[in-house]
Amino acid sequence: MTDGPTIKTVGLSGLLVSFGTAMSEPANRAALAFRAALEAENWPEVSETMMSLVSVFVAVDLVSIPAAQVEERLRDLLGKQDWTAAPLPGGRTRWHVPTVYGTDLAPQLAEAAEVTGLDPDTAIRQLSSARVRVLTLGFAPGQPYLGELDEVWNIPRQQNLTKSVPSGALVLAIRQLIIFTAPTPTGWRHVGQTAFRNFVLDAAKPFALSPGDELSFPAIDRGAFDKIGADDRYGGADRESLA
Amino acid sequence: MNAHLKILSAGPAMSLQDMGREGYLAHGLTRGGAADRLALHEGAALLGQSPDCAALEMVGMGGTFEATVDTVIALTGARMGATLDGAPLTWHASHALPAGAKLVIGGAQAGTYGYLHVAGGFQTPVVMHARASHLNAQIGALCHIGDTLPISANASARSGYFLTPDPRLQGGTIRIITSFQSDQFAQETRNRFAATSFQRDARGNRQGVRMHTDENGFYATDGLSIVSEVITTGDIQIAGDGAPYVLMCESQTTGGYPRIGTVIPCDLPKVAQAPVGAPVQFEFISHAEAIEIEKRARNEVKALATKAQPLVRDPSDIADLLSYQLISGAVSATADPFA
Repeated sequence: MTDGPTIKTVGLSGLLVSFGTAMSEPANRAALAFRAALEAENWPEVSETMMSLVSVFVAVDLVSIPAAQVEERLRDLLGKQDWTAAPLPGGRTRWHVPTVYGTDLAPQLAEAAEVTGLDPDTAIRQLSSARVRVLTLGFAPGQPYLGELDEVWNIPRQQNLTKSVPSGALVLAIRQLIIFTAPTPTGWRHVGQTAFRNFVLDAAKPFALSPGDELSFPAIDRGAFDKIGADDRYGGADRESLA
Repeated sequence: MNAHLKILSAGPAMSLQDMGREGYLAHGLTRGGAADRLALHEGAALLGQSPDCAALEMVGMGGTFEATVDTVIALTGARMGATLDGAPLTWHASHALPAGAKLVIGGAQAGTYGYLHVAGGFQTPVVMHARASHLNAQIGALCHIGDTLPISANASARSGYFLTPDPRLQGGTIRIITSFQSDQFAQETRNRFAATSFQRDARGNRQGVRMHTDENGFYATDGLSIVSEVITTGDIQIAGDGAPYVLMCESQTTGGYPRIGTVIPCDLPKVAQAPVGAPVQFEFISHAEAIEIEKRARNEVKALATKAQPLVRDPSDIADLLSYQLISGAVSATADPFA
């Protein structure tokens, strides 16, 4: 990232602070840190905030509050530090989510490996040892965009959509992984299957993950997968707190 | 006895809706709520209650209902044929619904989303700060035959009032403003977009409404490689085939397709209500103009309760005229009838 952050209006709904125009690790870290700082500020005119891959959306009623006024406050806060160099916020969780790669549960592992030029065993070894971060939650409730994987995984979405992949599916494209919240048609390749549930309405904590959480997807076999209880919404995942 | 509204027959897409859930965007959940929020305000104004009360949203088609207690209802949004024990009911009005009487609501005659409000609002459990069903997020569900929706046994509301609704049931000109991705489209493309006559496509729901034209698509200069960004309700997304989708209350929270502009909030009910095939045209206005229009619209919403008028009824429309208490129960002419 060479240019400074930009601020643009989002209709009459608020402002968008962008730290880049394409996904990058520094821009994502900046958005994560800036959103945390903005939440801590608790400005009365801000009704909510969210982060996308490289930006922070700041919800403000621009019918009653001039955009210029909010932009000035945002500029002041932006000027306080180099957000791309900010440390990751505290209070995050590291998750180890057991995953079946390939088989009929995740039928596109071999195809994804072929696109990268890796053999399937190497592909599984890489994916099951990769550590990724929640870059953003979005599209569906609690659904994480996870990254970034090594450059070798910079594979495009497939041209034709897969009609439906189930909830808990681990799908891959453009150096990112997603765990699907609900059955979804998708152009991302279905490489693994977890029993992890991003969103459980009746749970004490409906949304499992937060931006900044770290995940890994250790490989398990079908037998171990089938033993995961249907009532375990975390799909047998181990958790540890990151200071 | 429990106070319920029983569903004796149901159209294909009825769900309970309110103002939706704010504050969950960061978790990937859009606000949801009524597709036509103005209709919730109108129902509240008719019944003299809070616009936060949950109402039954009926897409294209109503159903048959019966209450277990005497209550008062209001009918708003898409105009649908309605009868009470066979006698026609005025739409955009509030009516007494005696226990056991049959309320029949038919297909939409104009518009898409009709609303059935009850005194005190439906009393289903609050889930994550709202009663709205968010079908796309699998919060709540469609209503079906045999459902019994809890209502208030003793909520007071006024019957016999009507409102002349803000006209919005037939499509027309939708005012839009630029948003943060508009400059991804050449000015010439934006001009052509605003000059194009669209029809509301059959592909439309609470997530988004496709607009059809036989003309060429509207492509962004760098359309397929932009980074996914926040979506707000009313954003006009240009999909891969060049066709515009107006994103509605249950859209996804982020999206990678570029957006050419966004519908100003007070014109969203018009988009929601446009029936399939209705003509739609988009007009870019300045941000300053949009803010003025929006302020006026909000003031009009605030004034709705004072605009509700007593319904003058033709006695021949009242099936059970003789059961009405027509003489006693006179009220003071100076008392506040809404108190």
